[in-house]
This record gives sequence, structure tokens and C-alpha cells, in this order.
Amino acid sequence: MIQVEWFYWLMGLFFVGVGVLVARDRSNPKRLTSGLFWVLVGLCFPYSSFVVTKTAPAWLLGIAIVVIAVLAGTGRLAKSGSATTRTAPGDAEGADLDRDDARPPSGSTGPGRVAGGAEHQTAPGGTIVAEREARAERFGNKLFVPVLAIPVITALCAIAGPYVVIGGTPLLQKGSETVIGLSAAGIIAIVIAMVLFKLRSPALALTQGRRLTEDLGWALVLPQLLSVLGLVFATAGVGNAIGTTVSAVLPKGSLLPAVILYCVGMAVFTVIMGNAFAAFPVLTAAIGYPVLVAAMGGNPAAVFAIGMLSGYCGTLCTPMAANFNIVPVALLELKSNYAVIKAQLPTAVPLLVANIVIMYVVAF
Amino acid sequence: MLVLLGILVVVVGFALRLNPMLVVTVAGLVTGFLGGMNLVEVLDAFGTGFAGSRSVSIFLLVLPVIGLVEHFGLQQQARRLVSRLARLSAGGILAGYLLVRQVTAAIGLMSIGGHAQTVRPLVAPMTEAAAVRKYGALPDHVQQRLRAFAASTDNVGAFFGEDIFVAVGAVLLITSFVDTTYGYTLAPLDVALWAIPTAVVALIIHGTRSLLVDRSLKREMGRIGTVAEVAR
Repeated sequence: MIQVEWFYWLMGLFFVGVGVLVARDRSNPKRLTSGLFWVLVGLCFPYSSFVVTKTAPAWLLGIAIVVIAVLAGTGRLAKSGSATTRTAPGDAEGADLDRDDARPPSGSTGPGRVAGGAEHQTAPGGTIVAEREARAERFGNKLFVPVLAIPVITALCAIAGPYVVIGGTPLLQKGSETVIGLSAAGIIAIVIAMVLFKLRSPALALTQGRRLTEDLGWALVLPQLLSVLGLVFATAGVGNAIGTTVSAVLPKGSLLPAVILYCVGMAVFTVIMGNAFAAFPVLTAAIGYPVLVAAMGGNPAAVFAIGMLSGYCGTLCTPMAANFNIVPVALLELKSNYAVIKAQLPTAVPLLVANIVIMYVVAF
Repeated sequence: MLVLLGILVVVVGFALRLNPMLVVTVAGLVTGFLGGMNLVEVLDAFGTGFAGSRSVSIFLLVLPVIGLVEHFGLQQQARRLVSRLARLSAGGILAGYLLVRQVTAAIGLMSIGGHAQTVRPLVAPMTEAAAVRKYGALPDHVQQRLRAFAASTDNVGAFFGEDIFVAVGAVLLITSFVDTTYGYTLAPLDVALWAIPTAVVALIIHGTRSLLVDRSLKREMGRIGTVAEVAR
């Protein structure tokens, strides 16, 4: 049967490959430390397989993660080629701005090579956009086929996957159908694209994948690090500490105040931290799980999903969520830093109220 | 109670705009030590947390094909498609984009839109153009408000659409955190389905506000018009 671990190993291999290429790429101003960053990230994925089965010590992986975080956090991770000139050391805004069209045409210099800075400077934005415009003209709506194949294949595996049984064992590892589906979709879509665009090898896809990976930089690892923080918070009893404070204030056994506290707490914590993913483990350990699910018997999937969406209401209101609320200020040449937030507040507040009502009604 | 200092580290670190990777790591170490864990235990928790949350990063495997299709002009083609909305009013364009953004995000097509990809080159200019066609040159503050609103439609559409897609980071974060911490086996599809009611409300609230932009535009421009006439 198909194991999810295969795909984690594949990811690890990809990261190690990126790391080796980066380390040898002279257009990267910090090629050695950047290469080390990606190689380490890559090694963490297969090593994790042994941590999960408890056949290797987890603390070694812990050290690697601290090293990865320090490399990125002290600005030792750089992008290859001209991308670096447009990105301040390790900030998400830069990473996001880089996602517009004025990117070096990495693939057009041939497979396996990323365009150097010089070429980008002589061919700023316009040429690349024009080239892509011409290709868009040529391929038209066919361009959406590989992209649309991803959700279709993923959904197919998630829904039908559990029912495909070969010789008594399910084809896809139980409980990981969605993740396997997405991974498989990413690979099948490359094949579809190769057929549509008449490519002989997947080299261009790998080059482009490397470009996007380097564009994202440490932002690619941050969600997992936030999960780590969530686990440490849970193990160290942060949720319990908030929980005891909460239960001191909260009237016992009353549902509505607890729902309000969870949803509003998610929004407020997200405003403070700028990220609903960081707020989720804390508030869930404090109220969501112990009070709403364990004590009041709420439907876990509904409580957690709507809790997360309450956090998103906070994301709409905070300058800490820079790539959503501050980057567009710069992109659209707005005068006030809070212009986008001001436009979103009248939606965020009623939506938070709606979340409270929805959770109260459907989850219990 | 002392462990709550870890949260303070996060708040202060983010407020000082330090690198999030560093802030999160330091907060984790501080919280672990204050919670009475020793160095090996903290590092163990780091390792276990990383190993258990790898599904969050699985979207990486989709990047190569996205990059490939972008190379062949995906965003340009998306732009050509959306530009067919050009005959609508300012509010109509905003509401239309909100709907398109939310629906595409819900089927996992997050990278099609975005502030850099679609709002700046497409939605904001089209909205302004529609208003100018109707009222002539716009005063500065009106133009600014239209642009900011265009950005808000992208955020609302993306946030409250993406959680319906099963394989998005948020859904996988919920399931991986809850599964590793509380020993559940939540199906991502279940979590994603519970995002639908909020998504519908978000569409109604922000869609209505988008359509009301036309009315406030009319009122605002009318007022400016009268002021101009009186001044004459």
C-alpha cells in the first residue's frame, strides 16, 4: 500500500537537492549557509520517520530545528540570483512581493540552471511578462488543466481513497488519504503539464519548483515551527495556565460565555501574534479542547474549524499580518498604513459575531 | 502561571518585528524551561512536534507544477479571463472578484489571486476605471478607499475560501495539532466542511458591502458635485 512516508522522503530529497544547488550557486551571496539551511530541512523529513516510530532520538531533530531557525533568524538564508536584491533579510513582505511577475525567467536559461542576476537586470519585468503573455495567448485555457487537476485528484483520493482495497489492505495508508492525494496530484499534474506543453523532461518543473521554494524561504518552515511551539505550549501547560485563569472567571457549565471566550480569544490572540496558526494551539489547549470539547461535548471538527476562522477575523484587523494588510498598502500606493484594515473592520466584527452564533448552534 | 511568559516573548518579539523563526524558537525554549522541562525534554518536544506536523508542509510537492504553469503564463491567462468582467460597475467588479476569489480558493487555487498577482494589476485598476467612467475624475480620498477595498476583497475571499479546501495549511494544522496532542483522528474533510457556514456569511457580508460601494460612491460624488456647483 502507498505510505505517506514515501512522500515525506521525496520532499526531503527535493530540499536536499535545492540545498546542493544553492550551495554551488555563485549568484547567491550566502550560498554556504543557505545551502546548509535547505540540506538540513531536507534531512529532517526522512529522519522524522524514525522519530515517529521511536527508533531514533527526537532531541537530535530538535537540535537541527534550532539550528535551522537560527540560520534563518539571523539572516543567513539568502535567495539565489537577483531575488535577494528585492528582499530585506528574511521578511515575509519581501517574499510576497517577489511573487509578482518581474521574476527572473529561471527556466528559460535551460534545465537545471537558475538565471543569474545579470540577466534579470538587463531584462527587467517587461520582457518576462511579454514572454508569458505570448505563451498565455498560445496555450489559453489549457493552462488551467494541470492546476485544476490538483484539487480534483486530491478530492478523489480523500473521498474515494478509503474504499480502494487491494488484497485486503487499503491502497492508500489509512488516515493519510488527503495528504497522499495532494502529493500524488502534484506529481501527476507535472506529467499532465509535460504532455500539454510538449516537454520531454520534468527538469523545468524542478527548476521552477526550486525558484518558488527559494522565494518562500523560511516561510516554508514557519508553519511547522508554529506547530512545534503549540506542542511545547501544550506540554509545558500554557493552555492549562490560561485554562485555570479562564475557569476562575467563567461561570461553570455555561456554554455561551465559553464559546464567546474561545472565539474572541482566538481573534484577540491573532491580532497580537499576527497569525491565527500561532493562536490556535494556545487557545485550543486553554478553552477549545478542555472546556468546549471535553467538558461540554462539542463536535471537535466544528469547534476547531470555526475557532480557526474566528482567528481569521483577527487577521483582518492586525498590521502584524504584514503580507495581507501592509504589503497591499505598498503595492497600491496607499497613504495610510491602516487603509486596508479600515476597509476590513466592518466585515471582521460582524463575521466574528456570526462565528460565535454558528459555533453555538451547530457544534453542540 | 510563569509559563505564560512564553506568550509575552511572542508578543514582544513580534512587536519588535524580530524574525518570526527566532521569536518562535526562543518562545518555545523559554516556555519549555519555565514549564519545568530540561534541555533534552525541550529538544525532544521540538523534534516530536516537527515530525508530527510534516503534513503541514506537504503543499511543497505542488510548487513545481505551479511554477511550471506560471512559466507558461497562468497569471496572464487568469487576468485575461477576469478582464471580461470589465462592463460591471465598481461595486459589481469588487463583488464579482470576491466571489471568484473565494470559489477558486475553496478548490485549492490560492495562487491564482493575490495582492501582487491580481489586485494591483487588475482589480484595483478595473474598479477605479469603472468609477471614473461613471463620475469622471475621482478625488484622492475616494480613489484610495476604492483601492483599499479592492485589497480587502482579496483577503476576505482568500481567508474564508481556502479553509473549505481539504489540503490547505490551516486544515492540516488543525488536524495534525489535534491528532498529535489529543490523540484524535480527525478527517481533514470534516474540518473543511465546517468552514462552509462561515464562508457563506463572509460572502454575504463582504459581498453586500462591495455592492454598497456603488451607493456610497454616488452619494459622495453627488455631494462633491453640489459643493463644486455652489462654489461656482
